[in-house]
Amino acid sequence: MSAPVVANAFERLCESRHRPIATAEFPSFDGGTLDDVRAAAERLAPWVDAINVTDNPAAHAHASNTAMAIALTQLGFNPILQVVCRDKNRLAIQSDIVGVSMFGVQNICALTGDDVTAGDEPEARRVYDLDGPQLVKVASIMGTGMYLSGRSMTAPPHLFVGAVENPTAPPLEYRAERALMKVNAGARFLQLQIHYRPEQLEAFMAACVANGVAERAAILPTVCLTKTARALGFMNEHVPGISVPQATIDRVAGSEDPREEAYRLVRDLAEHALSIPGVAGLHITDFRHDDSVRRLTEDLAIGPRFEEQHAHSA
Amino acid sequence: MGGLLPLLEHVVKKPVWDCRMCGQCVLHSTGMTCPMTCPKTLRNGPCGGVREDGTCEVVPDMRCVWVKAHHRAEHLPLLPRAWRDEFDHLRPPVNNALQGQSSWLNLISGRDRETPPGWAAATEHA
Repeated sequence: MSAPVVANAFERLCESRHRPIATAEFPSFDGGTLDDVRAAAERLAPWVDAINVTDNPAAHAHASNTAMAIALTQLGFNPILQVVCRDKNRLAIQSDIVGVSMFGVQNICALTGDDVTAGDEPEARRVYDLDGPQLVKVASIMGTGMYLSGRSMTAPPHLFVGAVENPTAPPLEYRAERALMKVNAGARFLQLQIHYRPEQLEAFMAACVANGVAERAAILPTVCLTKTARALGFMNEHVPGISVPQATIDRVAGSEDPREEAYRLVRDLAEHALSIPGVAGLHITDFRHDDSVRRLTEDLAIGPRFEEQHAHSA
Repeated sequence: MGGLLPLLEHVVKKPVWDCRMCGQCVLHSTGMTCPMTCPKTLRNGPCGGVREDGTCEVVPDMRCVWVKAHHRAEHLPLLPRAWRDEFDHLRPPVNNALQGQSSWLNLISGRDRETPPGWAAATEHA
């Protein structure tokens, strides 16, 4: 029989939203040991409320999302399991979810997934047996204790299901509607695609406040920490769904200290995002691999370290 | 697969909509744009990879199928109101067992609206 399951800290925060939430993306692993995983997690965990383990990001094979989520849980950290639709059919996805749930993994984030052509094995068969909104619903169904087929599980897994949305990809005026479709399917948090277009994020959030998405799901816009203008240019050209305005690239390229300016750019984007009505926190991707996640969460006063401050001010 | 009807359906729908014979046609709810022509065969809206100019992440010189579908669902003349509204409804996972069959027959028999019991049992959180 199952023990009574308690909602994890990330779920509770998404429900209460009594202070800004911070989440971060875990680096991909291509081998190594659990000590390496622990070291990477210890660099992030003090500053964020949950850590996203990715699922073959940009269509490159890495250590599996399920293995990394189990590892983080067993090491005492709180993962969000990203699940993409690209690589597995509905059977494999359901077995992954029920499997990790037995190790205590609760947070599931459903994504469509970059196409195989974005990766280093473009010859691979793409699957997409489910799409993103369908996956949200399948995971939600599993949370009630049955598979998509209707077959019962021995014990219902406690799942906290979320999704992603891209506020800066066409058709812009439809993105909040798509977010609503995912919320209706059971998504209770939404981590947004990395953005460099503050005005588009504002418009998306206004629509999400108007249609109720912002109230029903914790929305976390995403920023990406990089070191150079070249990295911004690379993202603009090669990462599906991300466009970086030339003026933004020039701001970093033309600076006397590009590395510092790249940080300030992200801090400005993040500060602006957090000021928008309906935003519940921030998701951080880090390609600087220095102490910038700590610096950013401290500069913005978000994440677990600022629990007390918000408790007192509330 | 056999039979005259699937052949007839294919002859009619292939040239007009590039029909893939999924056997469970949803054209009416997707702005008369076939979602199976999306390289990811997405049934519920555009992925996050749509390029800034509205072209497809996978096929850069093709307009995103869902950008097209969304535009048509909003602007196509003579499209009934109910069909426009259905654009926002969550379409269930594809029943791969129906591939190659006539969606016209499955529409009449109701097979195209059958969903797995788990899906049918789940309530929308709307």
